[in-house]
Amino acid sequence: MGRLMGRLTGFVQGIGARVLASLQGLGHAALFFVGLMAVLPQSLRRFGLVVTQVYAIGNRSLVIILASGLAVGFVLALQMYYALVTYGAAESLGLVVNLSLVRELGPVVTALLFAGRAGTSLTAEIGLMKAGEQLAAMELMAIDPRARVLAPRFIAGAISMPLLAILFSAVGILGAWVVAVGLIGIDAGNFWSIQQNKVDIWRDVGNGVVKSMAFGVICTFVALYQGYETQATPEGVAHATTRTVVISSLAVLGMDFILTALMFSTP
Amino acid sequence: MGKKGIEIGVGLFVLLGLAALLFVALKAANLASFGQADSYTVTARFDNIGGLKARAPVRAAGVVVGRITGIQLDAKTFQGVVTMEIDRSYQFPKDSSAKILTAGLLGDQYVGLEAGGEVDNLAPGATIKQTQSAVVLENLIGQFLFNQAADAGSAAAPGPKP
Repeated sequence: MGRLMGRLTGFVQGIGARVLASLQGLGHAALFFVGLMAVLPQSLRRFGLVVTQVYAIGNRSLVIILASGLAVGFVLALQMYYALVTYGAAESLGLVVNLSLVRELGPVVTALLFAGRAGTSLTAEIGLMKAGEQLAAMELMAIDPRARVLAPRFIAGAISMPLLAILFSAVGILGAWVVAVGLIGIDAGNFWSIQQNKVDIWRDVGNGVVKSMAFGVICTFVALYQGYETQATPEGVAHATTRTVVISSLAVLGMDFILTALMFSTP
Repeated sequence: MGKKGIEIGVGLFVLLGLAALLFVALKAANLASFGQADSYTVTARFDNIGGLKARAPVRAAGVVVGRITGIQLDAKTFQGVVTMEIDRSYQFPKDSSAKILTAGLLGDQYVGLEAGGEVDNLAPGATIKQTQSAVVLENLIGQFLFNQAADAGSAAAPGPKP
């Protein structure tokens, strides 16, 4: 009996310890974020660093984003056509694809791809810098590693993500145009004019851009934090990159739900 | 890759992103039709505005001449007050009428303007006096059933009289 009680209390104690540890982790991350914000103006002055990072994060992601956008546009057009043609609404194909991409798929899929491609590379880079004690060496030379290394990457990620998302949406719409007008044979004039009539620049495109900005901040910050807090070993870096992708993806999906509910609650 | 190459690459990337945004805004959204810089405001009162929404078009002869900017309820007369902006290059006579019409059978509703015959035009801020409310489906059905019942009553009535 005593043994059972002991095991039970140990179990409950374990839960409490886990909750406290995750709360502590959340607080630590929040303080890290505040510290990062504090050094942002400093790194904005050395804009060359930011440009180099935009190249590494943004330009290097172009191939996968554009290819995925094109593929998603193709597939959406095909699938939506089969669904719409049963109701005689095949002319609205362009509109349906446009709204799906610009409101939801553009920001979210780009964020997931960004987390996988750029997030992991950021985490690995920062983690290896920490493992190789480069960050500690910088601190010894009175250079703030956050201002020199982390903040430029954060700004670069926050700049690149909205650009990549809108590129994804644009390429997706073009891909849908190729399939709808070229392959299926929907009227080209109708394809564009229905979109121009029904898609609102502020409500649909604008909200999508706001979403992609939020996702950019989330993905980049999670990647940088995981890299900074990694254990200075190869396994530690491997775990950190995994955590980056998982936490970024879950955060993006959760944030997407919240933002969609806020932005699109009224018709 | 040299420093110059990197900067060119980043510049191209940003330009590409902005071009994509411009493409989506102009070709795939309604930015192009938003240039109503020169317009004047007119109001109209309706008994029932139906499904009219803000930013619905105002059409004359089917051509878009303006947009609805606001819909409110007048607390005193309990009529719907619709505020609209009309392009300044289109002037309508003072006795023009406004109707709430539906685009297609089940489409969105818009305000249709029909020009009257007066010499003077609507001034900015004026109210359109003659309006026709939206068609409410339930009222239509009720009217139809009432007519049916009336026809049946008048058909049955002459029976007993030889």
